[in-house]
Amino acid sequence: MKITQISVFLENRKGRLYEVCSLLGDNDINIRALTVAETESFGVLRIVVDKSDAAVTLLRDSGFVANFTDVVAIEVGDRPGGLASVLKIFAANDVNIEYMYGFVEKHSDKALLVFRFEDADFAQQVLAKHSISVVTRKEIEGL
Amino acid sequence: MEVPFWNKEIETLDRASLEKIQLERLREALVWAFRTPFYSKKLSQAGIKTSDDIKGLEDLRRIPFTVKDDLRRSFPKGLLSVDMSEVVRVHSSSGTTGIPTVIYFSRDDVDRWTDLIARCIVATGASSRDIFQNMMTYGLFTGGLGLHYGAERVGMTVIPISGGNTKRQLQVMKDFQTTALHITPSYLLHIHSQLQAEGIDLADLSLSRALIGAEPHSENTRRKIEDLLQIQAFNSYGLSELNGPGVAFECVYRQDMHVWEDAYIVEIIDPDTGENIEDGQEGEIVLTNLIREAAPILRYRTRDLAFLHAEPCPCGRTHRRLSRIRGRTDDMLIIGGVNVFPSQIEERIMKIPEVATNYQIHVDKKGALDRLTVKVEIYPKLFLGEASKLEALRQHIKEEVRSSIVINPVIELHEPGSLPVSEGKAKRVVDERPKE
Repeated sequence: MKITQISVFLENRKGRLYEVCSLLGDNDINIRALTVAETESFGVLRIVVDKSDAAVTLLRDSGFVANFTDVVAIEVGDRPGGLASVLKIFAANDVNIEYMYGFVEKHSDKALLVFRFEDADFAQQVLAKHSISVVTRKEIEGL
Repeated sequence: MEVPFWNKEIETLDRASLEKIQLERLREALVWAFRTPFYSKKLSQAGIKTSDDIKGLEDLRRIPFTVKDDLRRSFPKGLLSVDMSEVVRVHSSSGTTGIPTVIYFSRDDVDRWTDLIARCIVATGASSRDIFQNMMTYGLFTGGLGLHYGAERVGMTVIPISGGNTKRQLQVMKDFQTTALHITPSYLLHIHSQLQAEGIDLADLSLSRALIGAEPHSENTRRKIEDLLQIQAFNSYGLSELNGPGVAFECVYRQDMHVWEDAYIVEIIDPDTGENIEDGQEGEIVLTNLIREAAPILRYRTRDLAFLHAEPCPCGRTHRRLSRIRGRTDDMLIIGGVNVFPSQIEERIMKIPEVATNYQIHVDKKGALDRLTVKVEIYPKLFLGEASKLEALRQHIKEEVRSSIVINPVIELHEPGSLPVSEGKAKRVVDERPKE
């Protein structure tokens, strides 16, 4: 199952990341996972939040350039080799990853891994075959 | 101070004799002008039927102004007065809207222009003993070739290296012990920083003077150049419509530029009313070319702002002096010696769908060199979340702009609505280069 990641264009300006995060915080939207893709002149913030529709509406209304991207989230054990065990399966089955980032969850022994695949449907078939469960939208909303 | 002359008689001619030459040559220029489709129409509309209608220099004011757009509209042959077989040289400037302007020279025109350049070079104290490294671009731009032929006529040892390739420039300065340069002031400052970076000691070079031009600069910039490089720097003024470099040049006293009044009639006008302004008052420079037969130009509005001095120069030359260029009446920017109109940039970026409507052109200095930054707002609907696609867009914009204006810009992507808008009107151009 795919979940929604929000991408936010960040121009190279002091405090812009803070402005995104404080806007979400003030509106009771919780960031589950986050990464920033940076270039020399701008950044793209990628976040997974509990209320993605509300977050995008809020961001756009506040003048941010934001859009949805489909990603797949997986939980692995928060221990040495946890990520490698999943990547091994992807490598063996020719699943291409465009980018990924990880987040450690509080009060649990799991780590949340967010993947953007070249072919998300194929990746999900591989995951299902290896009995790796993906995080559902509902779970993200309630994490 | 020793004051060298190329043509002392002409350069020190009394005012009345100078004006007599001007009137004779103006009438001749009118004969040439009547042979062009553009001027035969324009002059007859102004009630000037033949050159005999100009009885004195005061009648100059009856001749209507010529503006840049006239040249564009006349492209390619509207200002050509001779058969193309008599043209020996073409120079052209890049067009702001895709239409360039072109200038033709007959053999006599090149000869007269070359002689003026020789006069300029000698006025600075340079001579046939100098090793002359000509660092202005050769080609359709008049700066490189103009000085080249003048320097050869003086008998200098000319190194026609053209612009760019800084490492090689430094090597050539060393190998040939160059004594005189022709260069833009910003490139010269860059050369200085590169000399330092390469650890080249000025004592290992023989530089003594630089003829600088093609971009406006302040007296402070000149002093900085002179202090840093331990040379004398001479300001110059010219534009391709008036042959190119050599319309006005500084003499050894370096107190503003003598306009060669036997070759050009210079006027200063109020840019709003078109009325002539007296000496000492700043206004727009208007020039009439008295020495070019193949492409005559009368009362050309340069859009450059300056003033004239009539008081005598200690060098003894009677030709009036022109102040530094103090600004422009239009929005043209001169970036690294290249003329850039914001409309050229706008035209390129606005055809890219990912670019929203607001943009800003920003010019500043990075070290000694001019830096052009184009800030564009992106169109939100086309943002799909991929940083790599945005980076590709940035490169695409950069290439579009570069191919239009021949300057490598820095491109910044911005969020919609983030670029400053003042009083409902976007501020498109910010020039942060120090005015000093």
